[in-house]
Amino acid sequence: MRDFARRFARNVGAVFGLVLLLAVLALALLAPVLFPVDPWQMAGVPFAPPLEDGFLLGTDSLGRDVAAGIAHGAHISLLVGLVSTVAAIAIGVTLGAVAGYAGGRIDDAIMRFTEFFQTIPSFVFAIVLVAIFTPSISSIIAAIAIVSWPPVTRVVRGEFLSLRSREFVQAAIVLGQSTPRIIFGQILPNALSPIIVLGSLMVASAILLESALSFLGLGDPNVMSWGFMIGAGRSVIRLAWWMSVFPGVAIFLTVLALNLVGEGLSDALNPRLARRRG
Amino acid sequence: MSLLAIENLTVALPKGLDRPNAIEGVSLTLDKGEILCVVGESGSGKSITAASVMGLLPPALRISGGRIVLEGADLLALAPEQWRDLRGRRLGMIFQEPMTALNPIMRVGEQIEEVLRVHGEGDRRARAARVGELIEAVGLPDPAHIRSAYPFRLSGGQRQRVMIAMALALEPAVLIADEPTTALDVTTQMQILQLIRSIQRARGMGVLFITHDFGVVAEIADRIAVMQHGRIVETGRAADILDRPQHDYTKSLIAAVPHLVANAMATEGAAGEPVFSATGVRKSYWRRGSWLRRSTRVDAVRDADFILHKGETLGLVGESGSGKSTLARCAVRLIDPEAGAIVYRGEDLAPLSRRALRPYRKRIQMIFQDPFASLNPRKKVGEIVAEGPITHGEGRAAATARARDLLRLVGLDPSAMERYPHEFSGGQRQRIGIARALALEPEILVADEPVSALDVSVQAQVLDLLADIRRRLGLTMLFITHDLRVAAQICDSVAVMKDGAIVEYGRTAQVFSAPAHAYTRALIDAIPGKNWRPPAPV
Repeated sequence: MRDFARRFARNVGAVFGLVLLLAVLALALLAPVLFPVDPWQMAGVPFAPPLEDGFLLGTDSLGRDVAAGIAHGAHISLLVGLVSTVAAIAIGVTLGAVAGYAGGRIDDAIMRFTEFFQTIPSFVFAIVLVAIFTPSISSIIAAIAIVSWPPVTRVVRGEFLSLRSREFVQAAIVLGQSTPRIIFGQILPNALSPIIVLGSLMVASAILLESALSFLGLGDPNVMSWGFMIGAGRSVIRLAWWMSVFPGVAIFLTVLALNLVGEGLSDALNPRLARRRG
Repeated sequence: MSLLAIENLTVALPKGLDRPNAIEGVSLTLDKGEILCVVGESGSGKSITAASVMGLLPPALRISGGRIVLEGADLLALAPEQWRDLRGRRLGMIFQEPMTALNPIMRVGEQIEEVLRVHGEGDRRARAARVGELIEAVGLPDPAHIRSAYPFRLSGGQRQRVMIAMALALEPAVLIADEPTTALDVTTQMQILQLIRSIQRARGMGVLFITHDFGVVAEIADRIAVMQHGRIVETGRAADILDRPQHDYTKSLIAAVPHLVANAMATEGAAGEPVFSATGVRKSYWRRGSWLRRSTRVDAVRDADFILHKGETLGLVGESGSGKSTLARCAVRLIDPEAGAIVYRGEDLAPLSRRALRPYRKRIQMIFQDPFASLNPRKKVGEIVAEGPITHGEGRAAATARARDLLRLVGLDPSAMERYPHEFSGGQRQRIGIARALALEPEILVADEPVSALDVSVQAQVLDLLADIRRRLGLTMLFITHDLRVAAQICDSVAVMKDGAIVEYGRTAQVFSAPAHAYTRALIDAIPGKNWRPPAPV
């Protein structure tokens, strides 16, 4: 574990990403303290440019504080990103583990099912799902989870295919361990590294998906989110650039941070690969 | 002047490893027309020595002192291009793994010709003729066919012959062979050794032959250099070192070599009641054909019968692909046999479901071949050993306590409990694997090549441990091995397998002294160094 931390710390980009991510997390947690006013509430003159009237990042067309919107939006972005990723990984790991371990017909069936989901363009599919289930936090999370599990299944299946023929798995069979115990107790711990790396990158793409959905007006109408803010600022971008630029920067930095962390994790968890690259 | 002289060569390792230098102060000379064997266990630096001469050191290593003189020229002082020209022309090399040493997408003929082409030898026609000669010289059958074949079509021995042909293409003065027969079956090994010997005789080359196997050394060496921990501990004429080793390490290595003296402890005829048997076991695989070709059935095991008596050790010997591992895996039901019975104390295990089989799992345990793959890298050693009893309903505390005792029994410190498998050496890991198998207090132990991945001195220790445990716990053992010397040493009876069938089955002493089947005789004849009787340890 200490070894892992040392390898991670050697990667400057990853540490920078981690710091950035922690900053976003702090912003999300401290939003109610820093901006106690509801971000939907009118706070000042409409279209106030940044640093005027005491608004750090200006106000939007209805006089709402952009900085407050970003702080509160951080909360929703991270929530959607994390929960949908956890759900997608749960689906993906279960299906991938069963497919990889069982092999044969079961593997074929599960992989054809997975490919079925992969052939549908994921963004279009997510729009359809949210539109059907009416936009809300939970329907958005469900839609993102449903479109993003197939890559997890493929990765986990690949890992299981190579691990299940290893002798320690055969040893567990000879000891008389049950199949679920072999899958989750023996093989899964050995397949965790790629899942963790994939997971950190999936959080990033889930945040992007959520932003894109709210940009199109398919976000939860009761919560402030970055995508919604950009969408609202889109029509007045020549008049009030700060309305769309600052939420955009927030998305950019968060996704960048997650990608850097993912890369760092990947290097730290596969030391042999990292050394070759360096 | 000698052909090749290595003088005081030192190769530095990257910082932070257990020793500063991979090899230290190594001095060797190789004369025209002699075979110098460099012997040592893994990590002794023998391959690094060979790689230094060829200029094939991994980038992390660098030569920090000494000279390598080939025909009067110091290789280390040469420009890279000059050294490159000497490689292939004056220095030839054969690698250990014929599977990976050949380019899989290049025809054999082109691959041999490439050596000539990169050195600018002859025109196209001359080269083609030379390739033909070479293929014939290394004794490959059907040269016209072989030269247009891809490497995957050839057997391991044939590929190694192709490697030799490539190495010989420009008639080098020095041939470096890095464990060229280690990956081969015993009968093929003998053919390759004879080929190297005869080519070396005919052309008067100097051969630097790297090996870990004293049997091979006895077969082929003119002179011997023994390496340990990166230093040469003893050099001398083959006969002197083999029969009168001076250095303690050489003595211990030679003492550890298993030799073909049938098991002295074999309890002649004193075996107990039959406890485990296989009758008519059969398993085949389908090799999938294309849409033009029908699928073909390959019999991995055909109608195999054997009986294990209480306290007996039965050796299952054969070359790779003979079906011995498949049969062992059928016996523990890792593979489901198609036909036949596997009877343990009157109960046929073959038709039982996985659930119904569980109570019998405790009684029949297995030790695996590869100590690096057979332990879960994410679990602590204590958990690995205690896992079996816990699975079968024993309390965690009791199982852990027993794991501690078992580790002591197999000669490991109980502090090993809290460590992970990667912190142990191959031999220690194999001990952990044995402890895991013993944790369920089995009556029958199936050991699948348990020592073939280990160094010879470690191999001897593990074999001693197995023999000791077997005696103390009254175990019955099915021992799978490709090494007849090992089988002779520890088995009471042996079954020789070929192409999925048991061709000879009998008491060890009888099979080795009067083999009935031609294949058994061929196997025994192919044992390297069988005419050499190691001196009795003093």
